[in-house]
Amino acid sequence: MKQNSSKNGSIVAGCDVGSLTSKAVIFDGKRILSQKIIRSKPRPEESARNVMGDALALAGLSPEQIEYCVGTGYGREKIPFVNETVSEIRCHARGAKWLLPTAETVIDIGGQDCKTMKINRDGEVERFMTNDKCASGTGRFLEVMARTLGIGIDELGSHTRLAKSPVTLAAACAVWAQADVVQYLNNGVSVEDIGAGINTAMASRVAILVNALKPEGDILMTGGVARNQGVVSTLEKLVGRKIKKTRKADPQLAGAIGAACIAFMKTQNKGAEK
Amino acid sequence: MITAGCDIGSLTAKAVILQDDRIRSFAVTPAGPKPARSAEEVMAAALKSAELALSDLEYVVGTGYGRARIPFVNSLESEITCHAKGIRHLLPETRFVIDIGGQDAKAIRLALDGKVERYLYNDKCASGSGRFLEIMAEALETPLEEMGAVGSESTEKLGISNQCVIFAETEVISLVNEGKKIPDIVAALHRALAKRVAAMAGSLGIVETVAMTGGVAKNSGVFKALAETLGVPVKSPDALDPQLMGALGAALIARESVSKT
Repeated sequence: MKQNSSKNGSIVAGCDVGSLTSKAVIFDGKRILSQKIIRSKPRPEESARNVMGDALALAGLSPEQIEYCVGTGYGREKIPFVNETVSEIRCHARGAKWLLPTAETVIDIGGQDCKTMKINRDGEVERFMTNDKCASGTGRFLEVMARTLGIGIDELGSHTRLAKSPVTLAAACAVWAQADVVQYLNNGVSVEDIGAGINTAMASRVAILVNALKPEGDILMTGGVARNQGVVSTLEKLVGRKIKKTRKADPQLAGAIGAACIAFMKTQNKGAEK
Repeated sequence: MITAGCDIGSLTAKAVILQDDRIRSFAVTPAGPKPARSAEEVMAAALKSAELALSDLEYVVGTGYGRARIPFVNSLESEITCHAKGIRHLLPETRFVIDIGGQDAKAIRLALDGKVERYLYNDKCASGSGRFLEIMAEALETPLEEMGAVGSESTEKLGISNQCVIFAETEVISLVNEGKKIPDIVAALHRALAKRVAAMAGSLGIVETVAMTGGVAKNSGVFKALAETLGVPVKSPDALDPQLMGALGAALIARESVSKT
């Protein structure tokens, strides 16, 4: 993509190619000009091209008009059009800071991992903990459970509120939890009571990582699971603090927004160097 | 003297009938959701093949995760004790038992006299259990009982980087899509399971002779991979299905209980 040194009016992009979804954001340093989330394709380069193509079309821009583009996410090394790649942790921290400037602790639950981090005033990572080894406590857990219940993943969120007597899942392991869910279904337990138990199992697992970090200040939750009210409210109880969400943009976009923020900083520094 | 042992596991129910020291009959049946029912079914099968009635049994010991629900037992014993007892009867030199069942894996270290010294088990994570292979067999559309034979045809050494069953399943599907051969993937899965269980066993301190029991011991691929990973020979009770060690141990304890009284 085009490199130019104009300090003002720079338009940049962030592209986050994740395991389940790919995200792109077009950004002018203040506002998100356009954004797009798609389901990831088997090939990361295809995901990247599609999602960025869509975001550009939405903004009415051509690729040449993007001054700098930062790639992130597990597929970042395969994105063909980026100027630079940056780790997910750094991008999520920066994105969280933009979404909620007072955030000091960030919880990001992705499709295949869970990251918790403490960030400083500049949006840099001070400490972090991740789990990408075990499906339990990641978006994948909810996906497997929703499929077992025969519902959409977005339906789970309300179950904690709607449940009359929530079930307890015996094990954290997604495989054993799935067997539990099947058994509860066979015993005629309501979907809401089972869903509430699933949200609690999920929150308990995430709480271990959050509490290990000794959370301080405002906690921001990003990633797709932030939309699940049941997980968020249970997690608040387990962590003993309120968890903030952002209305500024879809919380799934935090990584792409962070990538775009870093891209924008590059254009500004470049101007300053000259 | 006729005694019996009944082992109600998560996936299978097992029964062994002893006439004095001799194994008169045994049975393995799939376990249903109700342990009491599973126990009745498996014991009926074992009694039938021995041509005996329930009233002929002098003493019955129950074990396994569903043991508390078995209606016809005289007493209950832990799985660990029963497994140790059963394997020592068939392989008296055993000092270390690695049992991989449908829902857990156990490592048991025995003293010279056969008493349980230390043990560990994992039933928290499916990746170290028979369920791991079961899910992978389904994903590869290969019957579970053929996995050992399929893996033996492997020509290329592959690795499975994910430990978690859910993530490993995705990895296996990617390997298939990349055109990797099924035998190579199966062999890699056997090594992955062996590595996981060997790590747990190793933390107890391995003492020879090591024996492998449980349903997964019937898979020659995991059996060989476990011996390779541990770096010591591993034995199996050739005289009897390795799934039956718990039920055999229970039947032996039943015999001792009668002798004492």
